[in-house]
Amino acid sequence: MRVDPPAPTRRREFLSGCRDELPILLGVAPFGMIYGLLALRAGLPAGTAQAMSSVVFAGSAQFIAVQLIRDAAPAAVVVLTIFLVNLRHALYSASVAPYVRHLDRRWKWLLAYLLTDEAYAVAASRYVRDGARPDVSPLRHWYFLGAGVTLWASWQASTAAGLFLGAQIPQRWSLDFTLALTFIALVFPALKDRASAAAAATAGALAVVAFGLPYKLGLVLAALAGMGVGLAVERKRT
Amino acid sequence: MSWLPALALGGALTFAIRLSFIALLAHVETPPLVRRALRLVPAAVLSAIILPELIVRDGAVDLAPGNPRLVAGAVAAAIAWWTRSVPLTILVGMASLWLLQHFVS
Repeated sequence: MRVDPPAPTRRREFLSGCRDELPILLGVAPFGMIYGLLALRAGLPAGTAQAMSSVVFAGSAQFIAVQLIRDAAPAAVVVLTIFLVNLRHALYSASVAPYVRHLDRRWKWLLAYLLTDEAYAVAASRYVRDGARPDVSPLRHWYFLGAGVTLWASWQASTAAGLFLGAQIPQRWSLDFTLALTFIALVFPALKDRASAAAAATAGALAVVAFGLPYKLGLVLAALAGMGVGLAVERKRT
Repeated sequence: MSWLPALALGGALTFAIRLSFIALLAHVETPPLVRRALRLVPAAVLSAIILPELIVRDGAVDLAPGNPRLVAGAVAAAIAWWTRSVPLTILVGMASLWLLQHFVS
């Protein structure tokens, strides 16, 4: 006997987004604490360091910005670097655009603000899982919001913890690896068709080759090339 | 000098990037080719994040079986494939990494 899942409500969607974001926090929390600590060591006042976590709200960009600030780089270089490192988010924006198209502007702005790597990974995996099923929940944006808000709150809290308590988690625990593991858990089961498998293999291999490129541009190029190969594979079969 | 104005500008640019296609594609009908390409974004981007994490070690490509992250990542991938469970993948992946780090190094 098949039991139908309970009908989606805003609350249920929101909480399920929060829950699915939780495993990622294992990797995000130490990252946020180290950021806070490095920001202080770079000479940023605690208030500015905390503000960067909500104004910029992008882990890798914040790390690199803090390094540049420590090395007394000109402000224009810091701004340009933040821009370049976050360019990959344009891909995320394009990827979720069809799913948030029906929402009003307030929602679009809110979800765009929350569109980090970690929230994107969880929300986009949900969209992939839903696929083309006809009974897709009309309240999926609440799931996205739950994932985004959970990440946002933990990023603010772990930044504050790093600023006021320091980074207490030993590096040999390798908790940063939980981020890669979460992404593996989200990606692998979704590689069911040949196009996504080809896209993943190409993008992964090229990202390794282009690892030396600055500003995470290797990541952007590898992803674009992977999508191209995936499309070619798809076209060949049809 | 306060860094706040520069960081605020960096934040505004970041927000603009994240909003870009969400705002743009709201007014333009997405061509089918673009729609098909966009479906491949999660697989492509996330793999491009994952693989260097497993393979690049101290700035160099390390495909040897003595690379703990590579082996732990492969074990985790198998668990993910069969169980589809994020917590279980993290648990087994971290346990493998700790064991390997303990015995290999």
